[in-house]
Amino acid sequence: MSQLPMIALRPNEMATLAAETQPEPQPAMQVRGLGVRFGSKLVLSDVDMSFPTGRITALIGPSGCGKTTFLRSLNRMHDTTPGAVVIGTVLLGDTDIYSSDIEATQVRARIGMVFQRANPFPTLSIYDNVVSGLRFNGIRKRAILDEAAEGALRAAALWDSVEHKLRTSAMRLSGGEQQRLCIARALAIEPDVLLMDEPTSALDPIATMRIEALLRKLCERVSIIIVTHNMQQAARVSDYCGFLMVDDARVGHLIETGPTVSIFSKPRDSRTEDYVTGRIG
Amino acid sequence: MSVIPLALPDRRALIREASVASRRRRTVAGLVAASLSVVALLVALVPIVWIIVYTISQGIAAWSVDFFTKLPHPAGIPGGGIANALVGSLIIDGLAALMALPVGILAALFLAEFSGRLAGTVRFVMDVAAGLPAITIGLFAYAVIVVPQHHFSAFSASVALGVLMLPIVIRAGEGALRTVPNDLWEAGLALGVRRARVARSIVIPTAIPGLVTASLLAISRAVGEAAPLLFTAIGSQVFSTSVGGAMASLPLVVYQNGIQAYPDLQQNAWGTALTLLVLVVVLNVSARLLARRMRRHAR
Ligand SMILES: Nc1ncnc2c1ncn2[C@@H]1O[C@H](COP(=O)(O)OP(=O)(O)OP(=O)(O)O)[C@@H](O)[C@H]1O
Ligand SMILES: [Mg+2]
Repeated sequence: MSQLPMIALRPNEMATLAAETQPEPQPAMQVRGLGVRFGSKLVLSDVDMSFPTGRITALIGPSGCGKTTFLRSLNRMHDTTPGAVVIGTVLLGDTDIYSSDIEATQVRARIGMVFQRANPFPTLSIYDNVVSGLRFNGIRKRAILDEAAEGALRAAALWDSVEHKLRTSAMRLSGGEQQRLCIARALAIEPDVLLMDEPTSALDPIATMRIEALLRKLCERVSIIIVTHNMQQAARVSDYCGFLMVDDARVGHLIETGPTVSIFSKPRDSRTEDYVTGRIG
Repeated sequence: MSVIPLALPDRRALIREASVASRRRRTVAGLVAASLSVVALLVALVPIVWIIVYTISQGIAAWSVDFFTKLPHPAGIPGGGIANALVGSLIIDGLAALMALPVGILAALFLAEFSGRLAGTVRFVMDVAAGLPAITIGLFAYAVIVVPQHHFSAFSASVALGVLMLPIVIRAGEGALRTVPNDLWEAGLALGVRRARVARSIVIPTAIPGLVTASLLAISRAVGEAAPLLFTAIGSQVFSTSVGGAMASLPLVVYQNGIQAYPDLQQNAWGTALTLLVLVVVLNVSARLLARRMRRHAR
């Protein structure tokens, strides 16, 4: 595995090209004046950022700076946390996902999420896991489910290895396969945006590489926002990048955002530079 | 307090010496503590083993095919069986489970999911209820069902036993539901699935082994209770499957025959007690085995 690009900071060439030669696409999502607090503790403040359609945007920053908190505010996952308050505007296309006439379930059906630890449903088979989002939202037609399952599993590069054992328990898959199953499950409901919170941090380098390769293909059908601890990963897979950090009051802020190439090669803020060169974090 | 720092080699020697001495001391203390606990354990085991052995030795003589298939004989006439009480217990406990388990599991889901003041209150009430004397529950069923209806009934007994089961299944069920990782809730919600559906299709199925165990524990607790039946099902010498009327049941046979002077009846009481013992053991063991097997299966 000589070309295993774990060490070299080599921004993805395709991405570089895309970011430099093409105008930034319409944003799939946009946040304005976003802040999150838990009870009285302000965790994230005053974030303005946009996430281009059909691109991969990475959120990077030191541990505890609010990356997960930011990501979970994008599909209203904080609705399930007592005491969590989100302020500001989050737009999906031009709909405010926090507007009072929109339900969280509608939002989440259009903005999928993949978690740090693979979390397939342990009582369900591989097939049932993939179609769970459709089934539990009331779709019963066998033909539709079959088609969605195959499509999603192919998109997650899992079809060939599970085609013959769709009825077996999802828990028999390896860690990397389970995570790809979770990606397939999220894709099966055809979301516009896919949120990923450190999706490879529990995986070995080879499984990680598989998923990274997958992401490049996926962004043709879904805009991706990925949190990562791993700067090499951000450099390898993302087109755009947002760098977050806490201030002296331990409140997270978005320090800098832009094409990944510029964040890594000519950061505007000295804190960004310190972080991407490994001096802090 | 000023401390004169020791040279490193001296400090090392001091620490090693101290640790050797303390190990020696600890070994002696440990031996004494260990032997004391073994003795205490034996003392605790004596009455339990005694009860089991005694029940088996007294009850086994009553066991025969007739014992399980015949109706009771009037006092003084030897033989007779507990067929009606077996069926009666099955009906009374089954009906109680049918009423208590669904309610209990839903309440458990509520407790596992919500941590507000209401949940705290419910949890406290359930803890108190778990310690409620069974006879009190029986008296309650008598007052609110038997008295207004003017007759004893198996149904009122089922209500009493159901109330007895509730706190057990709620608290044990809550524990089972809490072991379902929050990850699974989030995975379901993140797919845009409604809470109720996530609970029904993901969380409860994942917790099934624990919920089954909770249910069997609650049933096994209720199966042996006589107190709630005394003024509800009241007992019966005849075969009956009508829940609207009096009905025989195993614990009542133990109680009613056990206090009679006739040796035949006493022997039948022991035979019934042994039957209950076996039932409870089977329920408990299968609860555990089932839980283990299903958990392995779920992985
Ligand atoms: N539910 C919560 N209640 C209270 N505080 C929270 C909650 N969730 C997160 N926090 C706090 O918010 C801050 C940001 O947490 P967050 O998980 O978003 O950081 P992160 O950037 O994802 O960190 P990591 O890289 O370690 O995953 C932390 O100080 C954390 O303690
Ligand atoms: Mg995080």
